[in-house]
Amino acid sequence: MKRREFIEKTAASTVLLSLGLSLSSFETNDIKHLTILHTNDVHSHIDPFPADDPRNPNKGGVSRRAALIETIRKENPNLLLLDAGDIFQGTPYFNYYGGELEFKLMSMMKYDASTIGNHDFDNGLDGLYAQLPHASFDFINSNYDFKNTIMDGHVKPYKIFNKNGIKVGVFGVGIELAGLVDKKLYLETVYNDPVEVAQDMTKLLKHEQKCDLVVCLSHIGYNYKDDADKISDLKFAAQTQDIDLIIGGHTHTFLDKPTIVKNKAGKDVLVNQVGCYGINLGRIDFYFDKDKAHTNQSASIVV
Amino acid sequence: MVKLKKYNGFLKLFVIFLTLFSISSCGTKNYNLTKIEGKQLPVTEKASETPEIESFIKPYRDHINQDLDNVLAFCPETLDKSTGKWQTSIGSLLADVCLQRGNTVFKAREKKDIDLCLLNHGGIRAILPKGNVTTRTAFEIMPFENNLVVLALKGEQIKDIAAYIIKEKKPQPLSGMTFTITKQNTAKDIQIQGKPLDINKTYYVATNDYLANGGDSMNFFAKSTEKFDLNYKLRNVLIDYFKEVDTVLAPKNIRISEE
Repeated sequence: MKRREFIEKTAASTVLLSLGLSLSSFETNDIKHLTILHTNDVHSHIDPFPADDPRNPNKGGVSRRAALIETIRKENPNLLLLDAGDIFQGTPYFNYYGGELEFKLMSMMKYDASTIGNHDFDNGLDGLYAQLPHASFDFINSNYDFKNTIMDGHVKPYKIFNKNGIKVGVFGVGIELAGLVDKKLYLETVYNDPVEVAQDMTKLLKHEQKCDLVVCLSHIGYNYKDDADKISDLKFAAQTQDIDLIIGGHTHTFLDKPTIVKNKAGKDVLVNQVGCYGINLGRIDFYFDKDKAHTNQSASIVV
Repeated sequence: MVKLKKYNGFLKLFVIFLTLFSISSCGTKNYNLTKIEGKQLPVTEKASETPEIESFIKPYRDHINQDLDNVLAFCPETLDKSTGKWQTSIGSLLADVCLQRGNTVFKAREKKDIDLCLLNHGGIRAILPKGNVTTRTAFEIMPFENNLVVLALKGEQIKDIAAYIIKEKKPQPLSGMTFTITKQNTAKDIQIQGKPLDINKTYYVATNDYLANGGDSMNFFAKSTEKFDLNYKLRNVLIDYFKEVDTVLAPKNIRISEE
């Protein structure tokens, strides 16, 4: 009886072993494609600019952006839709409805997450809090401490998205509020150093949680030529590591293409920002495989 | 009994399978990022509309438009910030209105009078067109959420205001203060509410919170000894003025003259 059991086991193990091997070898050729779409500083621009606008005639508009996003979703359902803050302020839609319509439309477009910009404090913490029920997406920020405010518990320091087997860790950094936003709007919100916070976040996301991709939603601004000491996306990218993509905002920077920056470890980081007012939609496509030959190679970047 | 044993065996095998499977997946645990492509997609009229989104926005848009197109007053001539070297009719109007309406709040609250008002030329974002004046007009001229604030400044800082205006060479909206620019580009005959500037006196200056916090390099505001936030948006000041009057009367008097 024992002998028979042994044979049964061995035989079955062999089958399963080969099955296991074949599974893992199948994965070697498994190519995954993730698309990240992003906006920043939309500033309540729900309608397109009119045809006679001197600067941006006929550009933007939520209805068109939604159609564009839907087309890309059909092409690749493995998609993350993100915003880098300053959703609020800029058209009467905000003055009349306090951000309700902005959040509702972003929810309809199935935004996954947004970080918080300085103008998102324009109706105070109460004003932002009051609109939260209209947002089906998450707010992610890692360097504002909301502990002693009404926003406590409503902003995530990070979120891990599992997209078709790809683990995407997203965290967020916001700009220093003192001197930019009235204290009575942000109250006891504490600003922490973005670079220090990023060290903790990347350690957690890349090394402990083993994320395949780490994305930072930033509202600190692209670059400040006249203020060398001020932290910006370009400086932030160079002073950190284990971040693959920085989606920026605040400075309303229109780039011809995403910027490639060498990080602290000498690896490439992509920094992107798409101007403002929903005039553009950023699109970054990531391709992954499990081929061991590619393990220590850096990705080729086509921009 | 036998069945149970077999089941037991199967369970063991299943554990072995799981172990093997997890070992094999452990070996290639993380995906390798091999290629990144980045681009920017313009949102233009070439993109189709989304009917569902359109119909969702419509009631909000209709309500706002109805309210914004509400006629509040009549303006007999177009007031443009680009016509005038040291003062413009629209700038003078805004500064006058802020001083008058701000004063009603300031007087009631602090039992003091505002002496002058200084705003920034750059803060006027649109013209005041001839014809019907609507709420939309006020939103276009003042799209920002700036509040009216009152700062206590010494006579010395009032001199700085005059020097700033001369240096910037722009028709900054000014009310309650007059002066003459000399040939040497200095200020003389500075008068506040029709009286010569008293260097030792404290004056109450109305402005917006952006400028009060150092915007447009109006650094003299940082030297204020007291600050009062009126919690009154500049745009609402303008809307309340339009509601009050039938016809917009542009001030034509000279505040800053050249020698």
